Amino acid sequence: MSEPAPRPVDRAGARPTAPEHATPPGDRGGDRATQRLGRRTNSGPGRALVAVYILFAIAASARATVQIATRFDKAPVAYLLSALAAVIYIVATVGLARGDAVGRRTAVICCSVEFAGVLGVGALSLLRPALFPDDTVWSDFGGGYGYVPLVLPVLGLLWLRRTRSGVADAGGGSRVRAAGPR
Amino acid sequence: MNDLLATLSIALPLVLAAWSLVATIRNRPPDRSHLVGLAVVELVVLALAVTALAAWAGGERPADAGTFTGYLLTLVCLPPLAGVLARMEPTRWGSVIVTVVCLVIPVVVVRLQQTWQVPGV
Repeated sequence: MSEPAPRPVDRAGARPTAPEHATPPGDRGGDRATQRLGRRTNSGPGRALVAVYILFAIAASARATVQIATRFDKAPVAYLLSALAAVIYIVATVGLARGDAVGRRTAVICCSVEFAGVLGVGALSLLRPALFPDDTVWSDFGGGYGYVPLVLPVLGLLWLRRTRSGVADAGGGSRVRAAGPR
Repeated sequence: MNDLLATLSIALPLVLAAWSLVATIRNRPPDRSHLVGLAVVELVVLALAVTALAAWAGGERPADAGTFTGYLLTLVCLPPLAGVLARMEPTRWGSVIVTVVCLVIPVVVVRLQQTWQVPGV
């Protein structure tokens, strides 16, 4: 495993604050981005996380497909939210599985949106049940799925934070700043 | 649906989940026994799928055909998914993957039974 220096200064300055500051993915998608920047997000515990994300990507897309194809009129808002959840799970899965800088940024955004979605839809489904004639993946804070949808984005964000560059396997504590979103 | 096969497709994954949990606790990667176990589970759920489709062709109908098909497709994909990911991850986390997927399979089978039996949506 040859390991050219990962440019710690560049990484430390660019990542936590401004995602929009990033260079276009096409230019950096090659060797440099896939080199080891901290720990990869897609091995070890990360691979188990990817497995669970795959399960939810399948569950949510199957659910949304059936709902929208067979009875869209019954609860369009709920079913569109199911579809949105499905897309987010898929993109988060891909982001985590890529394990490079672009994938990491994608996953951070997806996990954040996902967490906000679970909290928002969960709260709305309890406060204004009339909005949701049928359940989505995120209704009742993911209660229909053992509350895994509530826990999953938190695990994802914690994992992304732990594997950031500069944070060695020894674990947290060396970085003071939290991972921005959430 | 065939009751024996349905029971087996709930019980066998639970046994395999327990077995891979042992490997997880012992900090072992999944070994041949887990992969063989996944293969056996796959055979059982395939048999379940075939009997269900045969019953469907024979005149019985699932209560909610779309959902039923979705669960059936998902079900037969789960053991191979666990196997592939477990082989990619020859650490204790591979055993975690087998455990998690094997805990999901019984849930899918139960949902499958519900969409077969419950009339209406």
